[in-house]
Amino acid sequence: MPLLGFLYCAFVGSYFHDRVSQLVTTFLLTISTFLSWIIFLQYLEGANTTIIHILNWITSGSFSADWSLRVDALTATMMVVVTTVSACVHLYSVGYMNEDKSINRFMGYLSLFTFFMLMLVSSNNLLQMFFGWEGVGLSSYLLIGFWHHKDSANKAAIKAFILNRVGDFGFVLGIVGVFFIFGSINFDIIFTDAINYQNHAFNFLGLSLSTIDTLCFLLFIGAMGKSAQLGLHTWLPDAMEGPTPVSALIHAATMVTAGIFMVARMSPLFQYAEFTNLFIIFIGASTAIFAASIALTQNDIKRVIAYSTCSQLGYMFFAAGLGAYNAAIFHLMTHGFFKALLFLSAGSVIQAMKHEQDMRKMGGLFIKIPFTGTMMWIGSLAIIGFPFFSGYYSKESILENAYFSTSGMAQYAYVVGVFTALLTAFYSWRLLLMTFHGKPRATEETFNQVHESPKVMTISLAILAIGTIFSGSILADFFIGPKQEVFWNHAVVLIHTAQHNIPFVQTLTIKSTVAAGILLAAMLYFYKKGLTKSLSRNFQLLYLISYNKWYVDELYNSIFVQPFFYIASIFWKKGDIYIIDEYGPNGISKLINYFSKRLSLFQSGYLYHYAFVMLGGLVIILTWFVYY
Amino acid sequence: MTEWPILTVTIFLPILGASIIFFIKEEETSLSNIKWAALLTSIGTFIFSCLIWLQFDNSIAEYQLSEKHQWFTDFNFNYHIGVDGISLFMILLSTFLTPFCILASWISINKRIKEYMMAFLFLETVLLGMFSSIDILLFYIFFESVLIPMFLIIGVWGGERRIYATFKFFLYTLLGSVLMLVAIIFIYQLTNSMSISELQGNFFSKNIQIYLWLAFFASFAVKIPMWPFHTWLPDAHVEAPTAGSVILAGVLLKMGGYGFIRFSLGMLPEASEFFLPLIMIMSIIAIIYTSLVALAQTDIKKLIAYSSVAHMGMVTIGIFLVNQQGIEGAIILMISHGVVSAALFLSVGVIYDRMHTLDISFYGGLVNNMPLYSVSFMIFVLASVGLPGTSGFVGEFLIIMGAFKYSSLLALFSATGIILSAVYMLYLYKRIIFGQMSNVKLKDILDIDFREKIILYPLIIMIILIGIFPNIFLDPMRLPIELIINNYEFANAK
Repeated sequence: MPLLGFLYCAFVGSYFHDRVSQLVTTFLLTISTFLSWIIFLQYLEGANTTIIHILNWITSGSFSADWSLRVDALTATMMVVVTTVSACVHLYSVGYMNEDKSINRFMGYLSLFTFFMLMLVSSNNLLQMFFGWEGVGLSSYLLIGFWHHKDSANKAAIKAFILNRVGDFGFVLGIVGVFFIFGSINFDIIFTDAINYQNHAFNFLGLSLSTIDTLCFLLFIGAMGKSAQLGLHTWLPDAMEGPTPVSALIHAATMVTAGIFMVARMSPLFQYAEFTNLFIIFIGASTAIFAASIALTQNDIKRVIAYSTCSQLGYMFFAAGLGAYNAAIFHLMTHGFFKALLFLSAGSVIQAMKHEQDMRKMGGLFIKIPFTGTMMWIGSLAIIGFPFFSGYYSKESILENAYFSTSGMAQYAYVVGVFTALLTAFYSWRLLLMTFHGKPRATEETFNQVHESPKVMTISLAILAIGTIFSGSILADFFIGPKQEVFWNHAVVLIHTAQHNIPFVQTLTIKSTVAAGILLAAMLYFYKKGLTKSLSRNFQLLYLISYNKWYVDELYNSIFVQPFFYIASIFWKKGDIYIIDEYGPNGISKLINYFSKRLSLFQSGYLYHYAFVMLGGLVIILTWFVYY
Repeated sequence: MTEWPILTVTIFLPILGASIIFFIKEEETSLSNIKWAALLTSIGTFIFSCLIWLQFDNSIAEYQLSEKHQWFTDFNFNYHIGVDGISLFMILLSTFLTPFCILASWISINKRIKEYMMAFLFLETVLLGMFSSIDILLFYIFFESVLIPMFLIIGVWGGERRIYATFKFFLYTLLGSVLMLVAIIFIYQLTNSMSISELQGNFFSKNIQIYLWLAFFASFAVKIPMWPFHTWLPDAHVEAPTAGSVILAGVLLKMGGYGFIRFSLGMLPEASEFFLPLIMIMSIIAIIYTSLVALAQTDIKKLIAYSSVAHMGMVTIGIFLVNQQGIEGAIILMISHGVVSAALFLSVGVIYDRMHTLDISFYGGLVNNMPLYSVSFMIFVLASVGLPGTSGFVGEFLIIMGAFKYSSLLALFSATGIILSAVYMLYLYKRIIFGQMSNVKLKDILDIDFREKIILYPLIIMIILIGIFPNIFLDPMRLPIELIINNYEFANAK
């Protein structure tokens, strides 16, 4: 095992140098994928946690951080998701980016990203995790802005990086705080010590705060940034400016799930953070419904999927907040497959339509590109949780957990979760129907040119489709079912509640809401076309709110961005130039100038002036002597 | 102790080179000789300084390789030099950067080349001398001598408003220096000793310490520079030639930090404790305020200059936290900033040489014609932003960690730098490198040539080296810092 892990990293290192051709990167990633599947299969039988120490990184005083790898069930799961999706995306990009000028750069970035992501999931301490964490942020920045001639792409890239940095701000403080409390940032020490600090509190600005709550809260801010949760979510939809394979890999399957991964990784700590868990549930559930409500009205095919990602991440978070870390990770895995599938199919559509992303100009494409259409159907069935597709098992398990949890927040999450399932069904079917069915709305010329994508793309779609269909049913036992104890082997904290089956009425509710969503979409977009228009007119306010993404971007722009620049120029013009310089160096020189001019008046050259001054001086000195 | 005085040789080698250059006649044909002589001298000095590193013993906290000669027979002034883990890297930083400075001036300087090269070599000598002096008077002499070549470099080879910039630079530094001289004389009066190593500890009463501290502070705070004494820096940078900016940001600013550690912490611990809140407030203002100001800049060099002030704010926080992480972080950040800001100014120099303007709005879309340049610049920007894996991160992280020990609020404020630096640096990068190439004048701009590659690539290697293996830098400085901290805590525990 250790040897395998080491070889694995060596591969990561080697392809990272070699970005010359697509072949090399794709081939190497395929090898990594096989290796990580082998590792994963070992964990299905319950292998032990392996830690490989490589090198000491930073030592300063009592602080010490290493470069080392930690492999357990959680890491193995993430590795499988990351490498599989990444390999598919590599393969897919060979076809998709065919016409681009800088393929090398693109493949290099993709591999670089995969490297950082693997560093993130296999780290054994918080700092190395942060290294991977920032690294994926960087690759995401580079890939979003890949088409650097597009101004919107550059803006989106910067936005993504900066919003992530806001999250990192919390993450760094969290790491520092963890070190401060536990005296170490190694996972093992933190996990074994966590219980001792259960009731520990500290002072901040006169407030007494629970230590673990605060630490978890700070770490969670990091997770919010990376996983695009409510408040820090605005970068994700904009990130769709990047090439579609990037969206599939980074902004659906892997990087955005890093937040979930981190919470699950730190689950021995998070389990004691009562308040923060409530906060996580709240944020997760709210993001789920909030993003879904926006997805309802978007017209850009990628944006719909992006908001749906946001919403699914919300599901995962509230599962994690409930303590159902296994369910969260399970959903993460199935979501990785079906969301990548959806994105890549969307990419296939976009390419077929000559880079048209507006769904209003699509329609009726199924006849032209049946394969892509089928793939999209599979993905959509999985995302709405259609029985026996992968999404069904994981989503069901999350809702189940919410249902059995007793706290009020969990009830909120449950209700929201069920309602979001309805919205999910609605927007997924809206997307399907608008794109693939109904009358073609494209111009005749474009429509006739629509053709199926090349083989490399369809193969990777097929691989993902297999994952989408079967990963749920096969792996459910291990992740959430009877074999979970063996599989997880203390990698995450499991809650030990007796596994009830959810009451029949409730299952029925969930299924019928989903069905209602589909029917609604079908009704609106397939049968009664006119209805959408009249609906959007009648509920104009709601429609506008949803269409304009709740105006969050505008709000941020006017609260943060503009005042920021305004204050910046005030500080510079008024602060530096006007106050400091005027009263500092320029002021002094003016003062000296002034006095020297005054003094130079004395040097008039007239004898009687000098005589007068001398006399005056004499008088003063004499007076001085007389009196003292 | 070595058989031969390697330190003295290293210090005065550049002067030797300069005097050889002095005898080369300045003619059209001999220009390249002058340049090569200067370059070889500086490389030789760098090799010698590496030898010093090799002989350096990590397990000694005090000065090593020291040399002592009586200077004035009637007074206790000595030519006394040596290195410890703190000064070692300052010396290495200076010798590492000087060859790049000379290379960067290879074609961009075309008047009075002989004098220019001599000024640079002289500057190197005084910097090395300053970082290795153990005698305070010697330190002062070198410290002040730095002004002369720097004044000339900006004033003679600078831009259009160079006179204003030099004047401002001189005025600020002189004010500090005068006060420092008074303080030094006062110290000698009290103790009859000028040795930095002997005076480490707590030899003065608290009242005296406070006055002395303020006098030293005036000098170092201007040098480093701290808010609100920073306004000379952007002007000096803008007007200085590329190499001048490099040495200014790379090494000169570190004189302040070095002085704080040696004098304020080492000799005046009680006063440092007394002024600690003041320093922290000023540093935090520096981080937030100057970051915002950086955002508003329209001139590339000014933007980088303001970012330097913000980084130095982090450094002063680290130093005055007086714990292991804080000071180590501060020194690593100084080294890192030395390399990174030097790299940034050199990169700016590359496009300045081609276009002769520093206006951000002039540029845009450079990535189309200059892919290699864009990649290197990206790495420098990321290092400046403090991405893990680059040198910038290690220092910043350690400082934040140290700050958290002191107060969680302080850590909170100092961590805002993480967000702000990303904002202004990426915004800068976007405006220069990305986008369409809209300016017609940029159409034929060329990517970096061989000379520029030699300048930029070693810096990239250095940045990643520090980022991934910071321990090779942290190990030597561990014990000297412990010594300072112990002294400090002992003094304040009374």
